[in-house]
Amino acid sequence: MKIVVLIKQVPDTAEERTLVPATGWLDRDAADNVVDEINERALEVALRVKDADKSTEIVVLAMGPEEAAKAIRKALSMGADSGIHVLDGGLAGSDAARTAAVLAAAIRGTGADVILAGNESTDGRGGVVPAMVAEHLGLPLVGGLNAVVLGDGTVSGERSADSGSLDVTAALPAVVTVTERTAEARFPNFKGILTAKRKPVATVAAADLDVAATPARAVVLSHSERPAREAGRKIEDDGTAGTQLAGYLIENRLV
Amino acid sequence: MYQPTPEQEAVVEMVRDFAASALAPHTADWDENKHFPVDVLAEAGALGMGGIYVGEEHGGSGLSRADAVLIFEELAAVDPTIAAYISIHNMVAWMIDAFGNDEQRAAWLPGITAMTELTSYCLSEPGVGSDAAAITTRAVRDGDHYVINGTKQFISGAGSSAWYLVMVRTADKGARGITAVVVPKDAEGLSFGANEKKMGWRAQPTRQVVFDDVRIPVGNRLGEEGDGFGIAMKGLNGGRVNIGACSLGGGRLALEKSIAYLKERQAFGGPLIDKQHLLFAIAEMDTDLELSRTMLMRAAEALDAGAPDTVKLCAMAKMVATDAGFDVANRALQLHGGYGYLSEYGLEKLVRDLRVHQILEGSNEIMRLIIGRLAVERQ
Repeated sequence: MKIVVLIKQVPDTAEERTLVPATGWLDRDAADNVVDEINERALEVALRVKDADKSTEIVVLAMGPEEAAKAIRKALSMGADSGIHVLDGGLAGSDAARTAAVLAAAIRGTGADVILAGNESTDGRGGVVPAMVAEHLGLPLVGGLNAVVLGDGTVSGERSADSGSLDVTAALPAVVTVTERTAEARFPNFKGILTAKRKPVATVAAADLDVAATPARAVVLSHSERPAREAGRKIEDDGTAGTQLAGYLIENRLV
Repeated sequence: MYQPTPEQEAVVEMVRDFAASALAPHTADWDENKHFPVDVLAEAGALGMGGIYVGEEHGGSGLSRADAVLIFEELAAVDPTIAAYISIHNMVAWMIDAFGNDEQRAAWLPGITAMTELTSYCLSEPGVGSDAAAITTRAVRDGDHYVINGTKQFISGAGSSAWYLVMVRTADKGARGITAVVVPKDAEGLSFGANEKKMGWRAQPTRQVVFDDVRIPVGNRLGEEGDGFGIAMKGLNGGRVNIGACSLGGGRLALEKSIAYLKERQAFGGPLIDKQHLLFAIAEMDTDLELSRTMLMRAAEALDAGAPDTVKLCAMAKMVATDAGFDVANRALQLHGGYGYLSEYGLEKLVRDLRVHQILEGSNEIMRLIIGRLAVERQ
């Protein structure tokens, strides 16, 4: 089985994340850039398939600036076999639609049985790129799985719904996304780190791909900082605090 | 001078992530309850930490001594006790890799490098510490076996380890009469003393190891009879650098805690860090640690290169780094005032843990003896 895992390099969620005022783009210098933790879980799903069947081939695909190569190396050190890095200054600031078109073009021709991704990234949190990739490739999207079983030409898994859970199945090839509830990602071991540099990474530009050279359709016109947190409402207990708290929760649809 | 490679950066990042998730949440509890986390050590082994500079043939990671310094600093910046045990285990793993024959390496190293089988280094005795050539634990040849009698003291990991690398006397010829043997945990006649109550290093057991007519095959001998003292000392060269790196890591944690505290703590109308006297203290602590790091890296490179001044450089680095680590932790405790004395702030544990690094792997007085003798010999 050949699995392509979509990797996005994002600012560490543990640090302050900011935008560049002039462009509205992510400020990549403001925090450590790491492999998105949900992507790492998607990779873990793929690695477990490989643990059980050594013939599995895992390709990681990332679009991003030069530094994204570090994210690909991390994925290779964890056990992926090879990488594809879409590196093109002209793609900086791409919106979800353009990103998906480029990623789909990079996936075409890999012969992937499964395209695995996180259900959303921890920075943009749009959660639409994998679905758009599936649309471009004409593949089914099996999205938001909490548990995944891959094999025998099918993918199946469990997805949370508003009331209960769904067991879903699709024939391969398919685009599959996983949530933060899938298995925690492994650490790369020392051997993995040392062998990662010997694994092949293909660096491609937009012109190398069969994708229209359209500009991004969405641009950031303006943005504003999140307002500072205000002090919440304080309830003094005059004997009715419980009722008031319950009222507050009901009023704000928190229960 | 030294700049980390991208691979070293990746190694450090992984060890930091591992220590943050597998060690940090538990260090206070392990210390308080004297819990030796063998399961977590096996996790560390799976990541390659059981044979950092052991060859890859039998499960080692094949990294350099400089890589090991980075790794032990990172582990100790979360928990010096666990880092130090892993350092001792690596010393033993390397000694078996370096001095064992093919058969011994193939038999022992896979479990040792995976850290599913832990090891202990047995040199000191109740009456013999710094004067290591005077050990009295005796192995008498009986056909294809040795019969061992005697007691080893201050043995880290004893009772939990699967393998004991023991220095025994096979002839009354001082240092030249010492032989290194490997004793399995289930050998008949092998027993362990009580877990010692001690100031620090509480998350790893320290016990006596007692040999009462313990029979082991001659095939468990590392090298030849009489090679033991040289093997023990060569192991200690690397052990000294590793334990120095553990002091560096612990000291770094103490410094980081101090900087954060002085920036946050308000007194006399502003944050304490505005007091130049305290800023100077931070400067001195930072410099002492950087000096240690520099000397450890120099010693590590000498070890890898087999440089003629390796023994001297390892001894100097051990002395400088372990003195600096304890001193920085102790000063950090003082900078935290009363809070430093409370366990919750983690400073007192660092002081307790790092204190013993000035005593073991050759006390810092023995380091002075080694350095001084070598200096005098050269003239």
